[in-house]
Amino acid sequence: MNLNQEKVMTLDKAIGMYVTDGCHISIGGFTVSRNPMAAVFEIMRQKKKNLHCYAHSNGTGVDELIGGGCLSKLEIAYGGNGKAAPTCIRFKSAIQRGDLLFEDYSNYQMSLRFHAGAMGIPFMATRSGLGTDIVNKWGFSKEMRGKDPKLPDKKIEIIDNPFPNWGNASRVVLVPAINPDVTIIHVQKADKYGTCRIEGLTFADADQVKASKHVIITCEEIVETDTLREKPEYNQIPFIHVSAVVHVPYGAYPSACYNYYDYDPQMLSHVSKFAKDDDLYQKYLEKFVYGVKDHQELLKLMGKDQLAKISADRRTGYATGLDRR
Amino acid sequence: MTEYTLKELMTLMAAREIRDGDIVFCGTGISMVAAMAAKYINAPNSIIFFETGAIDSKLEEIPMAVADPRVMFGAASNSGLLDAFATMQNRITGDHVIGILGAAQVDKYGNLNSTCIGDYSKPKTRFSGSGGACDVASFVPRCLIFMQHEKRKFPIKIDYLTSPGYLDGPGARERAGLMSGGPTAVITNLGVMYFDSETKEMYLAYYYPGVTPQKILDNMEFSVDISRAAEAAPPSEQELQILRERVDPYKLIL
Repeated sequence: MNLNQEKVMTLDKAIGMYVTDGCHISIGGFTVSRNPMAAVFEIMRQKKKNLHCYAHSNGTGVDELIGGGCLSKLEIAYGGNGKAAPTCIRFKSAIQRGDLLFEDYSNYQMSLRFHAGAMGIPFMATRSGLGTDIVNKWGFSKEMRGKDPKLPDKKIEIIDNPFPNWGNASRVVLVPAINPDVTIIHVQKADKYGTCRIEGLTFADADQVKASKHVIITCEEIVETDTLREKPEYNQIPFIHVSAVVHVPYGAYPSACYNYYDYDPQMLSHVSKFAKDDDLYQKYLEKFVYGVKDHQELLKLMGKDQLAKISADRRTGYATGLDRR
Repeated sequence: MTEYTLKELMTLMAAREIRDGDIVFCGTGISMVAAMAAKYINAPNSIIFFETGAIDSKLEEIPMAVADPRVMFGAASNSGLLDAFATMQNRITGDHVIGILGAAQVDKYGNLNSTCIGDYSKPKTRFSGSGGACDVASFVPRCLIFMQHEKRKFPIKIDYLTSPGYLDGPGARERAGLMSGGPTAVITNLGVMYFDSETKEMYLAYYYPGVTPQKILDNMEFSVDISRAAEAAPPSEQELQILRERVDPYKLIL
């Protein structure tokens, strides 16, 4: 939240200000769509460390944050990224090596946890997960939870339905609220105060924003406030939740941004190929992440032809006929 | 008779399980193709929907992920995860949903592991994790499961229970507090298994042309009843034509 200050700023300033070592972070988007990649790469360039990340299915973004060595803890439902990486590759290797403390939930449970955070209640109830290891197996021990005031006492809890004759449920699963220090999402349109219009699927972005202490919005376009207010019912996030607004065209690249550009299947499989080998992945990082000053330089490196290939068709919102083999 | 691939047959075996009017919860890959095939062949009024929040999308091109912009085009509504899962948890709509899932391991009660092999905190092999699979398997009355038929994928005990099937047998879902229902069929590259209505154990229902029931048993750690098994009908010309010309003309999945 930031009601008073000028919110439009550069990406390096926004990341420098709101993403601090050890903070709890969530990012928007889902697998190959609307991951705030420009912000993710900037976090990697600024060598942020020991972040605690909350994710439902943020494929591309979370995998790069792991690869860049920025995360030490991860609560996640799904580490996959479409065809290019059915299991995210740096995620897989970090867990198999024991380099990352992690805990598994389901997508609905993670969405409910953000929703609880946005609502200001300690938990939400669901009927998902009864009888499973998602309930039985914890990644963070009770002892660790006791020492860390930013972790709930328990991973998850099952209780008998306190309204036994109501709702045809004998028991429910309770999942604890999430309130990140900072959430970063990428949207199609925002005004300079942070009111956002997301086109296409919204995933859990609005709840992630509303649950968060600080919020960075990156956007394809900064539009006039009056324009957004002609159809306020199409805006999902009012400015009161937002701390910083950053104008970053192609800010979700190489993931997709509906009505603007598709995901880049070539780049995603290129990254996957390099991610499978530690040395090759370092080379990829040095060229495409650390080797460029900012996102605009990465786009220059990709070249106009590559970006033209993924440019969205006006009728469908994606790149019709794009070679995705 | 026209030649066909195993993947094409698997797709059609799944499509034949989808009934007209079903709401089909779709993952990526072959499950998406099966749902699209059912819509063109045997269930024209079925509705495809995605955990990301897109319902009844106009799928002019095959989406490669459930968040692919291709699922957003021409949908009845584009919402988010909370709405999508509520659609399945809410019995009014949830009772009409059939889920299509895949996994790394399945046991004889149809419990699925898509999380890891080995110790949870430091596994030998890590997979993607639940995503929405645990939610779907918890909520909906019918589920189709795609598997590759290999011994290690049909173990006596799965390494991690990500998504609930019939847990440890008859009545176990209800005892745990889950909604009744559970997996309907396991569709593999060798045949199709159903679940016995009394014991809730997997049994062989169909083996593919050229495959013997014994070969299927040789490819699983636990044993299943093969006394009810019949040879599956091969794909018809019409089914293959629809698959190849309308569903996946660019051979992205098949």
